[in-house]
Amino acid sequence: MAVCVAVIAKENYPLYIRSIPTENELKFHYMVHTSLDVVDEKISAMGKALVDQRELYLGLLYPTEDYKVYGYVTNSKVKFVMVVDSSNTALRDNEIRSMFRKLHNSYTDVMCNPFYNPGDRIQSRAFDSMVTSMMIQVC
Amino acid sequence: MADEALFLLLHNEMVSGVYKSAEQGEVENGRCITKLENMGFRVGQGLIERFTKDTARFKDELDIMKFICKDFWTTVFKKQIDNLRTNHQGIYVLQDNKFRLLTQMSAGKQYLEHASKYLAFTCGLIRGGLSNLGIKSIVTAEVSSMPAYPDTGLHPKTPRSQPELKPRVRCSTNCATQVLR
Repeated sequence: MAVCVAVIAKENYPLYIRSIPTENELKFHYMVHTSLDVVDEKISAMGKALVDQRELYLGLLYPTEDYKVYGYVTNSKVKFVMVVDSSNTALRDNEIRSMFRKLHNSYTDVMCNPFYNPGDRIQSRAFDSMVTSMMIQVC
Repeated sequence: MADEALFLLLHNEMVSGVYKSAEQGEVENGRCITKLENMGFRVGQGLIERFTKDTARFKDELDIMKFICKDFWTTVFKKQIDNLRTNHQGIYVLQDNKFRLLTQMSAGKQYLEHASKYLAFTCGLIRGGLSNLGIKSIVTAEVSSMPAYPDTGLHPKTPRSQPELKPRVRCSTNCATQVLR
């Protein structure tokens, strides 16, 4: 279950960012922002081939003491960043991959919507509900 | 398959619809071609997003052009591009010997000048796809009518399914986006 989900456009501005309502949402925004550097490092061809150059899933970007940050980049250079709780040890790599897959499918649907202009903030309700299903349920 | 004919007919109607709804002066200005090209642009963006969902990341520009020639063209037009040439400095020439959207038009020179209207949407399609993959480009298309057999004075019967229009698409990728006719 994710704590924060963000969709970043190719020009590095957020198309969609949503976190669970805690008192300090700015912290998540900042984490997503700093993770963009790590994403750029991973997708640049110059770096060592730590990540398979052809894969879309980037894996764990960096861990902090409370949270772990995962990344995924599409072929159109749109980045998905997901922050999960470190204490939630049950989450395996496969589950993170499947969450990113669902995100990518929903993003593709948003892109094909003729009423959506590429580059605008994502306001689709279907996308919203899909992200809600992935986030931690906070009562 | 029926869906091929559907898009073909819709595309033809689209072209004539855009021209009919244009004002008097606009037909000469070429705004209709721009409209068609922009339509293709938006469709191309969405299509590329869908098609590249499961493919691996592209290594470089040539990789992207090969994807366009093979997978993209096959999914949209059910065949591959016949010839891809490049000068390795940003100009790519894609040649399709049997362009699906033009095969139903009669061979010969009579309708050659109108062929560009029917290519605008496809040019936009390619430009939109490339722009979504991160490449700014200008796409132009030209049609050179080539007879099926050389003219020897005799005129052998050319079978109906043999199209004579050979459109060639030229993409140059080292310029800013500017819609050309």
